[in-house]
Amino acid sequence: MTELKNELIRHSAADLAAKLAAREVTAVEVTQAHLDRIADVDGQVNAFLHVNSEEALAVAAEVDAARAAGGSAAEELHALAGVPIAVKDLIVTIGQPTTAGSKILEGWHSPYDATVVKKLRAAKMPILGKTNLDEFAMGSSTEHSAYGPTRNPWDLDRIPGGSGGGSAAAVAAFEAPLALGTDTGGSIRQPGAVTGTVGVKPTYGAVSRYGAIAMASSLDQIGPVSRTVLDSALLQEVIGGHDPFDSTSLTDPFNNLVDAARVGNVAGMKIGIIKELHGEGYQAGVENRFNESLQLLKDAGAEIVEVSCPNLKYALGAYYLIMPSEVSSNLAKFDGVRFGLRVLPKDGPMTIERVMGATRAAGFGDEVKRRIILGTYALSAGYYDAYYGSAQKVRTLIQRDFDAAFAKADVLISPTAPTTAFKLGEKLNDPLAMYLNDVATIPANLAGIPGLSLPGGLADEDGLPVGIQLLAPARQDARLYRVGAVLESILEEKWGGPMLAQAPDLKNAVLGAVANTAGGSN
Amino acid sequence: MAAINRDDVAHLARLAHIEMSAEELDRMAVELAVIVDSVKSVSEAAGEDVPATSHPIPLTNVFREDVVGHTFTAEQALSGAPDAFENRFKVPAILDED
Repeated sequence: MTELKNELIRHSAADLAAKLAAREVTAVEVTQAHLDRIADVDGQVNAFLHVNSEEALAVAAEVDAARAAGGSAAEELHALAGVPIAVKDLIVTIGQPTTAGSKILEGWHSPYDATVVKKLRAAKMPILGKTNLDEFAMGSSTEHSAYGPTRNPWDLDRIPGGSGGGSAAAVAAFEAPLALGTDTGGSIRQPGAVTGTVGVKPTYGAVSRYGAIAMASSLDQIGPVSRTVLDSALLQEVIGGHDPFDSTSLTDPFNNLVDAARVGNVAGMKIGIIKELHGEGYQAGVENRFNESLQLLKDAGAEIVEVSCPNLKYALGAYYLIMPSEVSSNLAKFDGVRFGLRVLPKDGPMTIERVMGATRAAGFGDEVKRRIILGTYALSAGYYDAYYGSAQKVRTLIQRDFDAAFAKADVLISPTAPTTAFKLGEKLNDPLAMYLNDVATIPANLAGIPGLSLPGGLADEDGLPVGIQLLAPARQDARLYRVGAVLESILEEKWGGPMLAQAPDLKNAVLGAVANTAGGSN
Repeated sequence: MAAINRDDVAHLARLAHIEMSAEELDRMAVELAVIVDSVKSVSEAAGEDVPATSHPIPLTNVFREDVVGHTFTAEQALSGAPDAFENRFKVPAILDED
């Protein structure tokens, strides 16, 4: 029985869907196998903030009943019905708490579902629970979670990336075949890279943001997390589409993603290396795996060209002005009045202003406070034009650079992150060093274009996962899935199977002393 | 551009409604000065003639029909409130006594 369960959790979502449809296995068995895995390993990984066993099993039982009944009830089931999924705890759900990784929302329950959650429910995908993240998605390591860091399944002393480290680690540790993430500056793709999983930031507006607790509204995007490129395509088709509840939602159809993942060739496609996004500042092992992927794509018939995006040198600076500016505005609603925590001042007059000050002081962690203060500064009179205004102009320059690059190439390619997973605690007290993790992922958010990260192998010097990032023009998400699926299949052929097959067995892993002392935000 | 100092941080923290201890202000001033210094090149990047981009994929005239849509019951709306009284959010004094 244990072996059978072990086998079930290792299947891709596409394989599980096929087995469910063929009635080789039940949705309850699949869901229970994942819940058992969570019980077995999540004490070490800490990917989940809440486990939703009862509801998940009830939804799975509904799927099994519909299949058993046959006829129209079975025919109307979505292809992914019964395939379980984990949801980042920034996305609101009825019936489960939503914390955003913050003390200010501890114990809070949303009175409504995010649009993407409604879509999961309509497809009858059992929701296994809510995954850990840096507080309000602000960070690159999940160490800024108020509920303790998530650990990387490849090495429990290392970070799983962030902010969506919980979703990526859950999928890498076989606790869930699929997860939802949110990506404001790389929070889906960078965790994907360092945990050896696949993560996609769709085109801005391709997936509704309604019900994702806003961090930076002009940059935020919900997207899929999975172990295979095809699985991400399947999930993006479930969650995507126009939503009248999100006024930035696109009306364009994005229904060719799964087909694109199944095309199976890149012959004649032009793939552009971004000169500014590799080389200096990138770990040798990352650079080696990146070059290897370029050669493999070339061997598969793609034409490799070099492109230059000179304004990317301003991207990190522009991001760290625009994002905190939007943060300072979006997080003003946590005021101790309408929802969440209320803390009363210890002494002095009990006015609403002072209650707000005490509530936000106690409820927010250091990184959130830093970004709110920085944003308040960037938006203040006298600095607005020099900071926020200039950053918005840089955004235009970066979009123009990408337009020029896409005139020469169908997709662009770079490493996803400059390094492999670093040790817990290593960068926690150096905000600027932490920000540099997102240097290659931020440009896509500034420009609104889609990006995908997939496993590119293990770095020679530390044996840890390296991510390869693909970027496409706005609305051309399908190109990412086409090229991504081809590169994945060539690499897996070379490795003799999926990269995650090389990950250590978590059941025998022991937590190190370093990791145990690094918990929580400082 | 001017550097950010401890007094600036104290002022900004008041504007942002975040109470900060003396130790926190000292630390935050140092950290923010480093961050502000690292982003200041942005102000020299673009000329006057470059338009600003506020939204990555511009959409215009996103309207809906002017009809009542989904609404929450008072009970739902108050379900997460720290304090409530007779179907209203209950707050401490809005105004100072003096």
